[in-house]
Amino acid sequence: MSVTVLLFASYADALGTSSLRLDLEDGSTVRQLLGRLRERAGAHALPPEPMVAVNERYARGELVLAAGDTVAIIPPVAGG
Amino acid sequence: MTMDARLVRDPINTSALLARVSRPSNGAVLLFVGVVRDVNDGRAVSGIEYSAYEPMAARELGDIAREAGKRFSLEDIAIEHRVGELALEEASIGIAVAHPHRAEAYEASRWIIEEVKRRVPIWKREHYADGTREWVDPTRAAAPART
Repeated sequence: MSVTVLLFASYADALGTSSLRLDLEDGSTVRQLLGRLRERAGAHALPPEPMVAVNERYARGELVLAAGDTVAIIPPVAGG
Repeated sequence: MTMDARLVRDPINTSALLARVSRPSNGAVLLFVGVVRDVNDGRAVSGIEYSAYEPMAARELGDIAREAGKRFSLEDIAIEHRVGELALEEASIGIAVAHPHRAEAYEASRWIIEEVKRRVPIWKREHYADGTREWVDPTRAAAPART
C-alpha cells in the first residue's frame, strides 16, 4: 500500500523534501513507517520518537496505517 | 456566541478581535497578544518566519477554542495565529476571550496560549541580526523553557 509522508520545518530541510510517497506492506504501523523513513539520507535529524499525525490527528507508534493515509512527521512545535 | 479560530497571513487586527467577543453580558474582555521579540536565548533577532501544517493547525486551534469554552464556561473566544514573515513587534498570535466575570476570562486566556504552544503544528524560524536563520526547537532550550 502507498501512503503520503509530509515533512515540515527542520525535518523537511534535513531530508530535502516536504512530501514523499512510501510503499509499505499492508498492516504497517506508524513505527514501521518511521523505520523506513530512517533509511533515507538526512533522516538522522529525526529524534527516536518524533510526533506524528495521521490524517491530521496526532497518532501513536502502534497505529496501523491504511492505504492512502497522510502521515505528517511533526517537529517540536513552536507556535504562539 | 463567537467561537472563532484561524490562521491568518495578514497582520492581526486586535481591535477587531476584541469586537468579535464583546457583547452586553460580558463584563470581562481580555486580549493576549504574542509579539516578535528582539532577543532569544541571548541572540539578537531581526524577524521570524512562521510556517504551519495549515489544515491541522487550523483544526487544532478550533479544538482548543471549543475545549476552552467547555472547560471555563466561555461562549466568546476569538483566536488568530499569523503565518509568514513577521518583523519585530508584530503580533504572532491574538487571543480574545470574554465572560461575564474576570476570573474565568483570565484562566481561559492562559490555558489557551499554553495549549497552542503545546500542540498546534506551527514552527518558527528566527532570523538573526548576523544574517543567519534557525528553526526554533523549544524542547532543546538551554535555559528553563520561556518561550
